[in-house]
Amino acid sequence: MAMAEPKAAAKKVKFIITRQDEPEAASYTEEFELDYRPGMNVISALMEIQRNPVNLNGQDTAPVCWESNCLEEVCGACSMVINGKPRQACAALVDNLEQPVRLEPMKTFPIVRDLVIDRSRMFTSLKRVKAWIPIDGTYDLGPGPRMPEKKRQWAYELSKCMTCGVCLEACPNVNEKTNFMGPAPISQVRLFNAHPTGEMNAEERIEALMEDGGIEGCGNSQNCVRACPKGIPLTTSIAEMNKATTKHMFKNWLGL
Amino acid sequence: MKGFYSRKLHSLLGVMPLGFFILEHVITNFAAVEGGSQGFKDSVALLNSLPLVLALEIFGIWLPLLYHGVYGIFIAFQAKPNNTRFPNERNLRYLLQRVTGVAVFAFVIWHVYETRVQVALGNITHEELGGVMHDIVMNPIFFILYLIGVLSAAFHFTNGLWSFMISWGITVGPRAQRVSSVICMGLCVIVSVMLIWSLFAFRGVEFQADGTAWLTGIKSLIG
Repeated sequence: MAMAEPKAAAKKVKFIITRQDEPEAASYTEEFELDYRPGMNVISALMEIQRNPVNLNGQDTAPVCWESNCLEEVCGACSMVINGKPRQACAALVDNLEQPVRLEPMKTFPIVRDLVIDRSRMFTSLKRVKAWIPIDGTYDLGPGPRMPEKKRQWAYELSKCMTCGVCLEACPNVNEKTNFMGPAPISQVRLFNAHPTGEMNAEERIEALMEDGGIEGCGNSQNCVRACPKGIPLTTSIAEMNKATTKHMFKNWLGL
Repeated sequence: MKGFYSRKLHSLLGVMPLGFFILEHVITNFAAVEGGSQGFKDSVALLNSLPLVLALEIFGIWLPLLYHGVYGIFIAFQAKPNNTRFPNERNLRYLLQRVTGVAVFAFVIWHVYETRVQVALGNITHEELGGVMHDIVMNPIFFILYLIGVLSAAFHFTNGLWSFMISWGITVGPRAQRVSSVICMGLCVIVSVMLIWSLFAFRGVEFQADGTAWLTGIKSLIG
């Protein structure tokens, strides 16, 4: 393969990264300048910094920490705030980003180091709302009921959730002053309650949404549905669960 | 009470009875536009002729207002607005809902003190309320504060109606929420126009004669 043109090699990309050395430490920004390479994305840029951890002033520095796995926007691990918008770093092509590129951790979550955050609260919420289908027993329960194709189609969209945390970062009601679980787990209740077998435990999940930090925390800013990288209809899920919890409340009162 | 129920109650009270009360109040005020001083007096008299009027006031207005206001301020200060990062219309309405909520609560306390509390203290009568309003809105600063107050109330009520329909699972899909949004914002415009029109009507000279009693009453209160 031919070497890159000298002209192309001269092109630089500047990154301004918000860094933090430990969970409780103060954050600071550090600037880096990298050679532009065609097709580069934020992850490949971070890998470049890892290989050659020298900042814009030419000083050696600790390599920037980040998390990533799949590199194809399905695992949700590399979520960070890129030029002010929470999104996946692997799907953020430098060609499509305004320069300089600003990288920050999603501060809604506890920061572990640099761009690495701890999304445990989302997994705790999934456990709280029992976002699974209990099929284990002491004997073979046989095949479950079939799911209508039409339902499967919209349920599949909900199943694309990768617990990336972007909707929580976008939500003005998910913050240190509230214990609101955020949109993602609410949508998962709708998913598992739509499943013909999961439906058998629907009430447990609905009741979990009515606990503190549950669905009542939604303030209808509707940022989540706009921010979701997988295009999940989160506000429809929330409204659908509003309906389900309202119905459940009346059923309980009337003793039905 | 668990958060779910207290929040649901807050949402319900905002529409019923408080939403109904706002609409009633808007229509009563509009009598000042349609029927002038006498029309307004008749409207006030009609309201006060309702049976159990004090009970209606306590359970239909004051207690719901107290709960909705105090709990609403708690909700408002839990928010962490991010409108610069997400500058979309729904997010702006989320912020405005909280800002207008706090503003309306302050405005309502002030307005109730000037009107209903003065009636209760015996400083003025129901017939003199039109004159009281005239005196207030003739003061340019108070007039502007009243304009801000009524516009905030109109928005807070109608946008709250929109989010009420989501929170109770009435409007679920994006199309339903879009249509209800147009209807609610249309209602916001209608209510705003009626309220502003009424405020201008209270500036009319025919209300002037009714105001002196209140002014002397307030002066004696201060002095």
